[in-house]
Amino acid sequence: MVQQTALQKADCDEEGTRDTDAFLAGRGWLPGGKPADRRQSGGVWAENRSVVVTEGEIVTTVSAPVIDGADTTVFSANPTGARLDADSVSAWFGTNKVLERVSLSMSPGTVTALIGPSGCGKSTFLRILNRMHELVASAKLAGEVRLNGQDIYSPGSPVTVTRRRIGMVFQKPNPFPAMSIGENVVAGLKLTGSKAGRNARGALIEECLQRGGLWNEVKDRLSAPGGSLSGGQQQRLCIARSLAVRPDVLLMDEPCSALDPTSTRRIEETIALLRDQVTIVIVTHNMQQAARVSQQCAFFLAEQGTPGQIVESGATKDIFENPRDPRTSDYVHGRFG
Amino acid sequence: MTTLIDLEPTGSAPEPGGPDTPRSVPRSLGLADLIFRRGTMVIGGVVLAITGAIGVFLGYQLRPTLQHYGLHFFTQHLWNPQTNVLGIAEVLLGTVEVAIIAIIFAFPLALLTALYISEYAPPWLRGFLTSMVDLMAAIPSILYAMWGVFLINPHALYVARWLNEYFGWIPVFHVSGGQPRAAVFVLSLYQSSPLIAGMVVSMMIIPIASAVMIGVFGQAPLSEREGAYALGSTRWGMIRAVVLPFGRGGIVGGTMLALGRALGETIAVTLILSLNFDVKFRPLELGGVTTAQLIANYFGEATSAQLSALLAAGFVLFAMAILVNTIAAIIVSRGRSGAQTEI
Repeated sequence: MVQQTALQKADCDEEGTRDTDAFLAGRGWLPGGKPADRRQSGGVWAENRSVVVTEGEIVTTVSAPVIDGADTTVFSANPTGARLDADSVSAWFGTNKVLERVSLSMSPGTVTALIGPSGCGKSTFLRILNRMHELVASAKLAGEVRLNGQDIYSPGSPVTVTRRRIGMVFQKPNPFPAMSIGENVVAGLKLTGSKAGRNARGALIEECLQRGGLWNEVKDRLSAPGGSLSGGQQQRLCIARSLAVRPDVLLMDEPCSALDPTSTRRIEETIALLRDQVTIVIVTHNMQQAARVSQQCAFFLAEQGTPGQIVESGATKDIFENPRDPRTSDYVHGRFG
Repeated sequence: MTTLIDLEPTGSAPEPGGPDTPRSVPRSLGLADLIFRRGTMVIGGVVLAITGAIGVFLGYQLRPTLQHYGLHFFTQHLWNPQTNVLGIAEVLLGTVEVAIIAIIFAFPLALLTALYISEYAPPWLRGFLTSMVDLMAAIPSILYAMWGVFLINPHALYVARWLNEYFGWIPVFHVSGGQPRAAVFVLSLYQSSPLIAGMVVSMMIIPIASAVMIGVFGQAPLSEREGAYALGSTRWGMIRAVVLPFGRGGIVGGTMLALGRALGETIAVTLILSLNFDVKFRPLELGGVTTAQLIANYFGEATSAQLSALLAAGFVLFAMAILVNTIAAIIVSRGRSGAQTEI
């Protein structure tokens, strides 16, 4: 439990760290929050992938495919992510409507894959989930997105706090090139104005790089620039960077589309390991990837000139093996798209 | 046996087992391309040649100057045409002094202007503000000079006196004979100083520094900006983590380009700064001299030897400006430090 001891040290650091500590405690990562289960699961992934399963409600409903070596069907019985509910979400760019009343629930402990052809609004939907949508000047939206029941677009939810709780990994790896690998990992703390003590910082870097599956490759060169890594390593660095601010939800926008198959597999393994710690939503164009990493799946489609909608959503197994809608069947069997 | 000489441009595959040598691939340009290439090359060359010729012409004046005045030309601080004692020591010091003061005022103004325009201003205001900054560059320098003489000069003296009163113990804020605490003080002692000249020059160099910075800030990659926002960053946090590191080359380069302009600014300095050849570094105090001002002032009634000396002083200014601009160009073109975010 390396990370835990070190983070406790942060407790007794000077004033600047209090913000972080309160924040971490709230997430259940420091004593004071909802401690036991999180700390346990947090400790296990770093040392050993296969977690002993007790009774778990999700285990019974889901049969995830096996990724070489990492048995993803077993995970902690008490996943610690947050519940994310999208309710009748519509979106516009200027006057062009791109999403029509999309509702989807994303539960802790599951990976939700958003699939569908290009231009069907998957990425827009994903960006609405952590308020990145509004960075585009002409973007508008309707509906509600609730994080553990609280609307993230309500006045009581500051945008910076929302984005910190709902992290995002982009299609193109985007580490900060002027910062070292280590600085990149803890960049989120600096950006959100919270400071971490030196020891806490070192432990956090190690912990997050472990969780991102990058630690062994970079542990000897943490001070090298982030841009010196390969594409796949950069993407895992970006995952580690997102994890360092302790998000409850992690959104991934085609995280592997710019990567080679080996790097893709590493990322998929990372996703499998993270799934009981954060709620994951992933947009992917790769059917096989959706089948491999997700337990829940939503098929988006925008038919000729109409805004994107969810045609069908449900357990990944059902979507792929027994789709209700013929369009879903056509898409997952590669007949179009 | 195949040898290198045997290889024809038309080229055929080398014999199996023969030596493997690079073949030449003929490149032909169309006639229009050829004319255009030659034409642009000639015209570009002419511009370079003219600039070079100016340098050579000025440099050529160093010879008679050194024959007349010796190496004392560089160490002598007086420039007295009547006694024919000429030197550029104080002139160079004064030039650098005014330029540095101008940069001290211009740098924060230009940086904050650029940050506001590129990062904070709403899109409809951005274009307007950019053209306003460009307009600052279009105002003739004589108007800035008038502004300095009639508006800044009579008012800034109280600031200078205040600085002298409270910070006079620091050498740069000292004014000799300033009597800051006296009931009646010599107003003119605080006027026509390098400080006021530098403030006016700073207005003239803000546009160039600002324009370079705006250009570079605007190129900070969207993907990195979004990366910062997705971590929960505030806008200022994003600027610190992404825009400023990315724009560092532009900040330094733009400032140095501005410095190059400040070194050569003539009319405003000539009108404001009262000529004084004492070697001093007291920017609040009346009097000083810059190279450009020296040439403008003494050009008219110079003897031929003195004219050479003025041109030689010009050559030193030319060399300084070229040096500063070259360094600026290298820094700007080197772009961001560290590796790119390329896959």
